Amino acid sequence: MSDLIPTRDEQDGEGDVRYRMLYESEDKVYIRHIRGLYTRVRKYTGLPLLLGYFFLPWLNLDGQQAVLFDLPARKFHIFWATFGPQDGFLLAWLLIIAAFALFAVTTWLGRVWCGFTCPQTVWTMMFIWAERVCQGDRSKRMKLDEAPWSTEKVLRKGGTHAIWLLIAFATALAFVGYFYGIRDLVLDLAHFRAHPQGVFWLAFFTFATYFNAGFLREQVCKYMCPYARFQSVMYDQDTLAVYYDTKRGETRGPRKKGIDYRAEGMGDCIDCYWCVQVCPVDIDIRDGMQYECINCGLCVDACNSVMDKMGYPRGLIRFTSEDELETGKTNYLRPRLFGYALVLAAMLGLFVQHVATRSPVGVEVQRDRGARMFRESRGSIQNVYTVKINNMDQKPHEFDIRIEGKKGYDYSLRKPREIYLKSGELYAVPIRVSVPKDQLKETKHNIVVVVEAVDDPSLRDRHASVFIGPKK
Amino acid sequence: MSTFWSIWVIVLTLTNLGLVTWILFANRKVAVSDQNEPDNQTTGHVYDGIEEYDNPLPRWWFMLFVATLVFAALYLAIYPGLGNFKGFSGWTSHKQLERHQEEAQARFQESFGKYQKMPIEKIAESREALKMGARIFANNCAVCHGADGGGNYGFPNLTDNYWRYGGSPEKILETLHNGRQGVMPPQEPVIGEEGVKDAAEYVLALSGQEHDAAMAAKGKKIFGTVCMACHGMDGKGNQTIGAPNLTDDIWIYGSSREEIRHTIRNGRHNQMPAQKDKLREDKIRLVAAYVYSLSRQQEVEQ
Repeated sequence: MSDLIPTRDEQDGEGDVRYRMLYESEDKVYIRHIRGLYTRVRKYTGLPLLLGYFFLPWLNLDGQQAVLFDLPARKFHIFWATFGPQDGFLLAWLLIIAAFALFAVTTWLGRVWCGFTCPQTVWTMMFIWAERVCQGDRSKRMKLDEAPWSTEKVLRKGGTHAIWLLIAFATALAFVGYFYGIRDLVLDLAHFRAHPQGVFWLAFFTFATYFNAGFLREQVCKYMCPYARFQSVMYDQDTLAVYYDTKRGETRGPRKKGIDYRAEGMGDCIDCYWCVQVCPVDIDIRDGMQYECINCGLCVDACNSVMDKMGYPRGLIRFTSEDELETGKTNYLRPRLFGYALVLAAMLGLFVQHVATRSPVGVEVQRDRGARMFRESRGSIQNVYTVKINNMDQKPHEFDIRIEGKKGYDYSLRKPREIYLKSGELYAVPIRVSVPKDQLKETKHNIVVVVEAVDDPSLRDRHASVFIGPKK
Repeated sequence: MSTFWSIWVIVLTLTNLGLVTWILFANRKVAVSDQNEPDNQTTGHVYDGIEEYDNPLPRWWFMLFVATLVFAALYLAIYPGLGNFKGFSGWTSHKQLERHQEEAQARFQESFGKYQKMPIEKIAESREALKMGARIFANNCAVCHGADGGGNYGFPNLTDNYWRYGGSPEKILETLHNGRQGVMPPQEPVIGEEGVKDAAEYVLALSGQEHDAAMAAKGKKIFGTVCMACHGMDGKGNQTIGAPNLTDDIWIYGSSREEIRHTIRNGRHNQMPAQKDKLREDKIRLVAAYVYSLSRQQEVEQ
């Protein structure tokens, strides 16, 4: 029952009816600081990612921002590649692959994404670090919150919020920089000439970060995050998660160091509550697995340090699986994990191959829908097509169009004198394809429109269409 | 909206808003279901031994709900929503549309402005202008004239060097601005069915197609009295009134015997719509340049 939110009951004036409040602000979680293996793992995985997030916008390639999501121009520049709106399906696939990776990792290691790499956790931990620096550890923070306002309290609280706002602003600046161009953004802000929308989003993300990592914290995981809603279906018997070894721990209770506690019928748990005090989602892991648990491993670190102090073996609380607790062995090689890994590898391989071999020319062909299927003129049958050429290369090119059709037909093609496209330009070119009427053997036959850059034949794309003539 | 319906809407909207607010605030607490068991914190629901806690909702959730109510009140005050009350901001979709149109016009002015004074032949040499012209053509003209400007049944081909009204830049502009009314009057009431058949043979002869010589000879007389008024004595047409040349092999209504007879018998009525109010001057100049360039495209044997 320890995971219950304390409800405030109101006594009615009559004194015999009690009311329960249906909306309660939840108790603030104060986290005790702890050092250990998983805290270190989090630090060393999180730091590179954070540095990447903050400094990637500053990286330039060929004089332009290496990663820039240019929304007004509808172009995403990611290192050497440029993606346009027509590559939306690539983004969709990337998200599908990411989702699958998440499923695979969750099946294998439980909610490690939540505990170690989710921005919600990472930023919350940063903010808690700021609290600790300004106000001290758990007990000091609790005392400070209860203490009356004083100069010291104002300074400590103010310092915390100042650091929070600073982190939040840096976060927002980097985020908006991915879309605005970080150098422009910083310069424009300094000169008070930034686009109002940029300023709005900067303010929005600053305050969103501030409130989210400062005040909402674990509530996002408990009430808002969709992943948390359905992660339980990805767990199976052998999923690694944080478990309290009930067999070893019970019966819990305080004791003096060095006594033979087993003789007194006690287990290894000394009931020190450290595992509860370090928990960022405010649960008691000893009650068994709960939906709030994000597998962050803080209670494992806490319990291990206590076990070390007591001279007991580590691992009373540890990353293990249901299967292992029952049978003593985790079955890693299981079909579900194999399936995930296989599908993931296949999708990732196809994705990388597709992106690597992408032609920087996009071609779409639409047959003209006139009143008639074809046009007849001076003994030849004409079909009209609109060829949409998209130059996705970084350089401008002049393009040439040619027709590959059936052997033996004398195709003639009418097209504009010059088809010149700037980098990133999309141009719909109308072309007319004619075949002498007496050559045409069938009502419908396939043709291929080939578009090629004049100065670089490797920039080429083709698109199939049909040529329609009179009924035979 | 009449006053009655306006008041109806206002009363309904505000009543509902008030009710929702009241429901929310009146239900912030419930009497504990089991007064004798202060420790019982479940709803009393049990499914397969799984009990449901009666936990309160988070406070911020409640605050979000309150925020939506505040939003609704503010929205109704600022924007039109309460019957005939127009809101304090004076916003209307018409005004917004006009503002957007002005913005678009200003943006177009930027790209079109420099072509205002430029002669059409010069515009036709500009890569960018031709592209813009091509886009305007695709959106406004291609429906009738085909994506390539090659015409359709009843709509002239713009890519050859044959022009009903003349292909100089001035004439193209004139056509675009004011449109054209091409009228071939029905001749059957004038020359009778026999006359129609004879005249058709003569027209076939003019364009060098197979024909019945005897009928064509009779047709020539009819042509000399009736048709030559527009198409000229030699049948070469007249560009000032858009009468087509009958001696070449360009036909928008087909060159078969039956089609020609139909044309003479019933006449044809063609209309090129005027664009001066629809496309406006700046776009017309770009399209004119594009049309001017169409007859100068290249044709390649594959």
